[in-house]
Formats: sequence, structure tokens, C-alpha cells
Amino acid sequence: MKNLKLFFLTLLISTTLSAQNGYNIGDVATDFKLENIDGNFISLSNFSEAKGFILIFTCNTCPYAVAYEDRIEALNKKYAPMGYPVIGIMPNNTKIKPGDSLEAMKKRAIEKGFTFPYLIDREQSIFPQYGATKTPHVYILQKSNTKNIIRYIGAIDDNYKSVSMVKVKYVENAVEELLIGKEVTVAKTKAIGCSIKI
Amino acid sequence: MSCSPNQNKLEVYDFQGIKKFLHQKNNKTYVINLWATWCAPCIKELPYFEQIQEKYKKDLEVILISLDFPSQYETKLIPFLEKRQLKSKVIVLDDVDMNSWIPKIDSNWDGAIPVTLIYNSKNRQFYPQSFTYDELAIEVEKFLK
Repeated sequence: MKNLKLFFLTLLISTTLSAQNGYNIGDVATDFKLENIDGNFISLSNFSEAKGFILIFTCNTCPYAVAYEDRIEALNKKYAPMGYPVIGIMPNNTKIKPGDSLEAMKKRAIEKGFTFPYLIDREQSIFPQYGATKTPHVYILQKSNTKNIIRYIGAIDDNYKSVSMVKVKYVENAVEELLIGKEVTVAKTKAIGCSIKI
Repeated sequence: MSCSPNQNKLEVYDFQGIKKFLHQKNNKTYVINLWATWCAPCIKELPYFEQIQEKYKKDLEVILISLDFPSQYETKLIPFLEKRQLKSKVIVLDDVDMNSWIPKIDSNWDGAIPVTLIYNSKNRQFYPQSFTYDELAIEVEKFLK
């Protein structure tokens, strides 16, 4: 009995660990076709003019994600015209988090004046491929011919509490470096976030 | 705001201050759980930590480290603690430079909670997962052997 329990526990831990795999810097990111809050389906391949993407797994219901809403919108305003649009993807199971339903996402996007696509990973099939585990969780992709290469994984900046207290803008620094053809200096960062609800 | 009387009810530390709770050297086994009132899976497993603390009163100390936002200490955290009357020790971590301290808790942890660290003078294991009571008990008992 005890062995059986141990077996299942080991199985559980190894499943948890494998769920944390996913992309690393330099990997080719998968494209997707996900529903936007306006009902259209969006793929990375739709953005023929883009040089890359600031892909952010985010949601309505996580306080960290909420703390970053205005900063996510500001990133889109600043970098979409320069070829790096923000793509928001909501990864949570909406049965567990009804506050993250497409309807709720639409409402929040209107309230906050989001100008970036806010997509739903309804089948929960995209976030595991990226290895996203929490919201917000950022992946910066750089286009290279027809492929999108992962160049940054992590947090938006180093102070969730206050924009004015931010010392290092991780995402902005990474995009600025990519825009001038440099390698990203700080390519991975960590931050507390809400685990993605499955 | 920081002068509010309720603030005194909380033990708030930055990471420097938290470190001593992560490296205590004595005969006890420590179960360190990082949680927050806004984290539903964390709230779900809190009773299991209470239960294990109650079961191994002598040899085990559970420390619950809250990651609640300072702006919600008054509105969420303190009312929650008053309502639950937790027996385990609760301390609060407030340190915005998360990229600097997350890897110091565990190099493979990317910041999603809940997570739990179990250690004693001989062993140390980090668990980036939720627990049922049985799962928690199995892990704790490995340390108490």
C-alpha cells in the first residue's frame, strides 16, 4: 500500500516536473490559432510586418497580472509600432476561474482600453508547449525567416508594486537589444505569479 | 499607513530577514510553505499543513510564508488570519526584487505558488506542487525517520 502511494507520488512529481519543461532561449516557438476577444482567431503568422512578439500569458484574476495590466498595455503602445506587438494569452481553465472567461476578458479589455490581442488558450494546449507556469509569464520571440525564436523568458520588470520604483525593465531592455541586433543580455528572469489553473 | 496598529500583528521581512527561517540548524524538521490569500490552491492545502503540525508537535515546525501584497495586509491577510486562527507560525515576505531571491530558495523554481520546502539538518527538498494531506505526510515522514 505504502509502495503504491509512493509510486503515485513519484508519478505526480515527475508529471509536475515535466510540465515545467517547455521552451528555452533559442528554441523555435510554436504558432497557434487562438480566439481573440473580438471573436476572430489570431496566429503569429498573421503579423507579416512584425519583427517579433512580446507574448504574455496573463489573466484577469491574478493580482500580479492585474498589477501589470497598464504596463502590458504601455508595452504594446510603445513596441507594436516598432515591430514587437504584445500578444496576450489567457491560459487558465475558466471552469476553475470563471472570472477569466472570454466574456470577462472582453469586459476587462474594454475597461482597461487594451489595444493588443487578448486570446484565450481554450484547449490549454499552447501554454504547456511554451512551458508557461504562471501569470504573468512573458516570452519574447524574434522572427527569423518563417520561424519565431525564443529570446527572453520571465518577468516584465523588477517591481510589481510600483512603476516609479522599477529599477530594471527586463522586457523593454530585451526588446531594445533585439531592435539593434544585439543579443539579449538578461534572457531569463523569475517572478512570483499565480499558477496556471488546469 | 505603516503606523496602522494592525501592522503590528504581522511579522514582515525582506528576503534577507527570511533567510534565517530557511536554514535553522537543530533537531527539528521544518516545513516551509509559500502561499498567499489570493492563491486558491494554497488556501486549499493550508489545513493539511495545520494537520501535520498538530500531528508532529514536537519534532516538526511548519512556517507559512505569506506573499500577500502589502496593500492587502489590512483588507485580506489580517482578516484571513483572524478568521482561521492558524496554529502554525505565519510570517510575511515583502521583497519586490523577486528575480534576486527566487533562485536562492530553489534554482529550479520559476515563481509559481504554492511551493513547499522541507528540511532538517540532514536533508533538504523543494516541492513545486500542491499537496494532499497523504502526499504531505509521506514526504514529512521521510524526514522524521
